[in-house]
Amino acid sequence: MEKINKISGRIAPLAINDIDTDQIIPARFLKTTNKQGLGQQCFFDWRYEADGSDKADFILNKPEYQDASVLIAGNNFGCGSSREHAPWALMGMGWQAVVSTEFADIFRSNSLKNGLLPIIVDEETHRQLMSLAEEDPTTEVSINLEDQHLILPDGRKVEFPIDGFSKYCLLNGVDQLGYLLGLEDEVASYEASHDKRVETTA
Amino acid sequence: MGNQSTPQTLFEKVWNHHVIRPQTEATPAVLYIDLHLVHEVTSPQAFSLLRERGLKVRRPDQTLGTMDHSTPTTPRNNLGIIPVLDMQASAQLDQFTKNCNDFGIPMYSLGTENQGIVHVIGPEQGFTQPGMTIVCGDSHTSTHGAFGALAFGIGTSEVGHVLATQTLLQYKPKTMAVRVNGTLADGVVAKDIILAVIAKIGVGGGTGHVFEYMGSAIRGLSMEGRMTICNMSIEGGARAGMVAPDETTFEWVNGRPYAPKGADFDKAVEFWRTLPSDEGAQFDSEVILNADELIPMITYGTNPGMGMPINGRVPDPDKQATVAERMAMDKALTYMGLQPNEALLGKKVDVVFLGSCTNSRISDLRLAAKMLDGQKVADSVRMMVVPGSQQVKKQAEAEGLDEIFKAAGAEWREAGCSMCIAMNGDQLAPGQYAVSTSNRNFEGRQGKGGRTFLASPLTAAATAINGHITDPRTMYVPEMA
Repeated sequence: MEKINKISGRIAPLAINDIDTDQIIPARFLKTTNKQGLGQQCFFDWRYEADGSDKADFILNKPEYQDASVLIAGNNFGCGSSREHAPWALMGMGWQAVVSTEFADIFRSNSLKNGLLPIIVDEETHRQLMSLAEEDPTTEVSINLEDQHLILPDGRKVEFPIDGFSKYCLLNGVDQLGYLLGLEDEVASYEASHDKRVETTA
Repeated sequence: MGNQSTPQTLFEKVWNHHVIRPQTEATPAVLYIDLHLVHEVTSPQAFSLLRERGLKVRRPDQTLGTMDHSTPTTPRNNLGIIPVLDMQASAQLDQFTKNCNDFGIPMYSLGTENQGIVHVIGPEQGFTQPGMTIVCGDSHTSTHGAFGALAFGIGTSEVGHVLATQTLLQYKPKTMAVRVNGTLADGVVAKDIILAVIAKIGVGGGTGHVFEYMGSAIRGLSMEGRMTICNMSIEGGARAGMVAPDETTFEWVNGRPYAPKGADFDKAVEFWRTLPSDEGAQFDSEVILNADELIPMITYGTNPGMGMPINGRVPDPDKQATVAERMAMDKALTYMGLQPNEALLGKKVDVVFLGSCTNSRISDLRLAAKMLDGQKVADSVRMMVVPGSQQVKKQAEAEGLDEIFKAAGAEWREAGCSMCIAMNGDQLAPGQYAVSTSNRNFEGRQGKGGRTFLASPLTAAATAINGHITDPRTMYVPEMA
């Protein structure tokens, strides 16, 4: 995994609440066995006409948002299915962070494991960012992961929460599996002191 | 360490039993996983990770694979094989077979006798038991919580973690008590309870929480009804939902192929009896519902929280409290082709889907069959009946339910996720309306442009007969449940 600390980029608005992972990446694209190409399919049914051309009225298709890398999305982003294809698709489309007032649990956990930053802000900041993104598509924000700051165009710093372990992994470019693999002795000792509950190979 | 006298919830007991390393300031808790279920869609990239790092599956004997999501449910050919015509699905299924074979994981392949939807076969085979930790790369893993297990959906990275280490990093969630008091009226079933709960709390209402369903209406449910309820916990934002195990649970588990036998079973029951939440155990929040007042529920919008009593009227976006809510509802009604204040009763539908990990078990099929016995599905309606597993299919056929469905003009299909996820050829055409017993009415969930009303198997069957949305209480059925 690549190390992540500072991100800065243009913001784009997607002012819809409860965007579920079926919208982020429709299920028919889950027949893949790798992570390639999902960016093209991100928001597919909102993004493309039946003939494959861009839908003109979908806000993320507007030319002024093509360089954006921080998505400002409605409340409860990423609800529904556990598919990790959702963060893979968003990252494939070029997003580095998503800002919302709340994220669904599994989506948030999946995003943090892939380096897509789920940034939770208060409603007032969210409203401001949404307006800024709608009014001026050249608006840029920066994110400082180490300080846990989202820095607004006027210089104001808004603190965001992130668990210490995910933060450590992202800052150092390490994945969480390495940590678990280091606990082999503890796992073996747990297994030795607990009855096995079920045996699928019996 | 916990004070012995502090009352604990069911969730806390199961959590504490499985903590290998407690949560600290710097790190999440490390939880031991008793059972890992895998399917073809969310596992391939995890197996690739294992190969890249030269890792093996730590406990193939605590892992089980089945094919369900991308599999067709069309009839077998004359060799008894279910043909997979979609090349990409076929390649994915082949890869899954190879992955399970290479890593020594037992797997139920398409059409074999125990194959089926992952959340149907776990309980059916007796793998799912009270007090266990169960995970799967699928958000409806919450289903298994009906047995008093802590069961939740995980992402593909986490599938890799569990394959390689049999553990998972987790922050301890909050708890929410969902009390459903009273008794269900005739024609009102488990699905109506959970749709009412989600309508009340919203799709994000349970975020960060584990639900424990309790109260007389939950106690009165069969295991299958409890599974329907726990299944949709995720639609209220909770990763897991649990029901305390009781005699109903023990009786259901007893005798299943992988359940403990004889003295081992008695010993297990003794332990399972210690699991229910202690008197005075504290929950972080609570929601209360009165089952006496419940009538059949239906959704009108594009998330499972947009639900209402079946005789209700579609809400008016202009009357919503915030701009965001107004916009969301406006968008939903536009997609659904519905008007504010419109009644749904009498609304014509094109398809009725009876199936999915929410409502494809034998009792669901029995309920619908009772309604359809001697009746005909309306000419304008395509009704699909998709059993949750090959075992459910076999049982239904032994009881003659398939004949009832076929005589009524419904399609009797092979087991799988089918039109719940529409990645297997079973799907709505753009603009079509469906009453579906599945769990998600998201835009395009049942096929691009398809419009879904979520409801119970009884409502689905009544609607199929009339060709329009029907309150099942208006159709006479002896002992309707």
